[in-house]
Amino acid sequence: MGGPQVSEVQGFVTESLGRRGRVPEHLLQHLIAVQQRFGWVPPVAVESLAAELDVTRTQVRAAIAFYAFLHERPRGDFDILFSDNITDRMLGNRHLLARLAKQLGMGTHETRADGRVTLGLTSCTGMCDQGPALLVNGRAVTGLTAERIDRIAALVGECVPLERWPGDYFRVEDNVRRRGLLLSNADADGAGLRKLVDQGPAAALAEIERSGLRGRGGAGFTTALKWKFCREAPEGDRYVVCNADEGEPGTFKDRVLLTSYADLVLEGMTICAAVVGARRGFIYLRGEYAYLLPHLESVLARRRAEGLLGESILGQAGFDFEIAVHLGAGAYICGEESALIESLEGKRGVTRKRPPFPVVSGYRDRPTVVNNVETFLAAARVVRWGGYWFRGEGTDQSAGSKILSVSGDCARPGIYEYPFGTPVRRVLIDCGAERTQAVQVSGAAGTTLAPAEFDRLIAFEDLSTAGSFMVFDQSRDLLDMVQNFAAFFAHESCGFCTPCRVGGALLRNLVEKVAAGQASEHDLAELRQIGGVMRQTSYCGLGTTAPNHILNTLDKFPDIYRRRLRSADYTPSFDLDGALSEARAIAGRDDDAAHIPETLPTTAGAAV
Amino acid sequence: MSNHFTLDGRQLPFVAGQTIMAAAQAAGVYIPHLCHNPDYAPHGSCRVCLVAVGRRQVSACTTPVTEGMAVDSRCESIQANRRAVLQMLFAEGNHLCPACERSGNCQLQAVAYYTGMLAPHYPPFFPRRPVDASHPDFIIDFGRCILCELCVRASRDHDGKRVFAISGRGLASHLVIDSPSGLLGDSDFAATDRAAHVCPTGAILPKHKGFEHPIGERLYDREPISKVGDLRAHEDEVDGNE
Repeated sequence: MGGPQVSEVQGFVTESLGRRGRVPEHLLQHLIAVQQRFGWVPPVAVESLAAELDVTRTQVRAAIAFYAFLHERPRGDFDILFSDNITDRMLGNRHLLARLAKQLGMGTHETRADGRVTLGLTSCTGMCDQGPALLVNGRAVTGLTAERIDRIAALVGECVPLERWPGDYFRVEDNVRRRGLLLSNADADGAGLRKLVDQGPAAALAEIERSGLRGRGGAGFTTALKWKFCREAPEGDRYVVCNADEGEPGTFKDRVLLTSYADLVLEGMTICAAVVGARRGFIYLRGEYAYLLPHLESVLARRRAEGLLGESILGQAGFDFEIAVHLGAGAYICGEESALIESLEGKRGVTRKRPPFPVVSGYRDRPTVVNNVETFLAAARVVRWGGYWFRGEGTDQSAGSKILSVSGDCARPGIYEYPFGTPVRRVLIDCGAERTQAVQVSGAAGTTLAPAEFDRLIAFEDLSTAGSFMVFDQSRDLLDMVQNFAAFFAHESCGFCTPCRVGGALLRNLVEKVAAGQASEHDLAELRQIGGVMRQTSYCGLGTTAPNHILNTLDKFPDIYRRRLRSADYTPSFDLDGALSEARAIAGRDDDAAHIPETLPTTAGAAV
Repeated sequence: MSNHFTLDGRQLPFVAGQTIMAAAQAAGVYIPHLCHNPDYAPHGSCRVCLVAVGRRQVSACTTPVTEGMAVDSRCESIQANRRAVLQMLFAEGNHLCPACERSGNCQLQAVAYYTGMLAPHYPPFFPRRPVDASHPDFIIDFGRCILCELCVRASRDHDGKRVFAISGRGLASHLVIDSPSGLLGDSDFAATDRAAHVCPTGAILPKHKGFEHPIGERLYDREPISKVGDLRAHEDEVDGNE
């Protein structure tokens, strides 16, 4: 495989600069375009972008190294990444990856020598209700089966371009199973926006306040308050940002909302813009959902044509609002609002110092409202139907409904909308879960529930959730989940603060030690201690929530750890005998005298 | 009474907008820290300057003081968390004090002693990070970098050069140098840069001198960091006169 011509890369970069703009904020968008076009970011592109955007080449390269979907070395013509959420693992993704690798005559984590294909794993791609799933050159392929894998091997072998792969491979289902307050009243007729224009932004804000709407991203900050802070900020530019970086493992409802309810999401953003006085907005769309970009662009174009977006919206002079879609490139941390803003500005997605909060100093250090996709949709409906309509459902502290992404061991995975205050057990019954051992609510960063807790309620005051709801039946070994999440957090830590960067890796290694049957009681105490330190001292929510699954399962499912322990109080992390294996190989020996005798007592039957 | 807060039970004055760290320093109270240097914007990444405010633990260098705030910097839970953070930093890099020219003049080591860390605790990662000796006057041992970004900030905000940056993410985060080869010798870095003199560890070291004072007789060998403060106040002794 010959690399691209220097002039070809330079030409593409020049064209991209012309189309997307020459400000440093657009660096990431240029890099993504180059990556998509050439399958990597060649050095000449790094030099050109550094020269044109007033950033150093090191800053460009640092951005490439930060985002999982950007590469400084060529990837295969077919860059295939298997989604590796625990739900994909439960559906056999590892087995399918091995099968594909075998058929392609290569390893599971490498680029084939001829440069035709790269194989690997990636964090949850948001297809948990129709997994196992993979990304090929950024396009999602769902519903993988052995037959589909065999066919993909043949397509890759014959070098068939993606446009000629069977279309149903790329089909993504909505799987909406239960419609509640929002989804059963989802007519996108622009009525909310008209009401806003009729009654004015202050009245719209009053309805939002009356509704009690709280942010749907999990933290639950009062939406009206956030908008009000931004509205009351000193004169000057302000921005509205839709957080569509739906990276929490096991959640996929925003994908459905952007697919089938995009008009209402955009309407919510436009209403917000009128309330806070913003003229520009962004949708920060996770790279895994890049396939939605043409659809979103077409909805935006139609709304402009209909006078619902752009200049003088609905004929109102001075009501101007424009929305651009910015892509992410494989970084969970960018779901955190200040890291998202850094990424929007083209940088590595590292959390900002707070205070000031984004609503005071966000994008380009200007007041910025960042809300979840579902929050904007709910806001549009609230303005249309009124605050009382919304708070007619839910609980005192959690008004309205919550849209859940249900996956794992159940008969009917998909999207379920419930009034806040619904017990977990109700969801389990509706989705057809049986012999349920555990439920992971609100993703890897959330809460692990044992059956005794299934009467707990989906609500901010009990189980606060961004919507992920993963079910594990009694056939599962929950340590697989713990291993998966621990590796996820170690991989996704941005690396800014010490406890998350180092603690996350320490936790991952300790969990591996438990899984390998090498751990002792001491290691379980270490898991607790490190988890506690991370929870108390990390800089942002990623680090403070990363140990939750370990601390929860140590309390509620101690047996998944205990049954693998060696009985000793302490076992070293260093394997002395294993370290001698190289020396044994050189000496050509493997007799007893060439081994360190096992001196630690072991539990009968424990793996060694 | 206005503009007062309490730190470990002592009432101290503060100026509106001041951080806990700045107010404490102004009153001569030591709060341990590594990534903080009053010459540069607060960073908040090392998490060593943790203090308790109510039930929360916050970084003193980034948290503004408010009227009547009660801050606890000495309780054992705070000191234990600081110690754990230090132990993490020691496990992450290659910090072999007896073999390091910076020993005794090292803030990392001195702060570790201050928090009561007397030995490594977590399994070390032993990263392989080659030394960069390409510059005529300075050497960089990346294995000792704790990612405090002081050299990044000093080069960008004081020297106006942007010689340093952080690349990668998670445990793979690492310091990089802006030059065509990625080597310090090819960059704009100069011995007179502020960036050459702000490292709190032995990652950025002057060449052509070593062990001029024996270990045991150096700055923090003589007195604890809580008494003598950061290297910043002792540059002549530590870096030697050029």
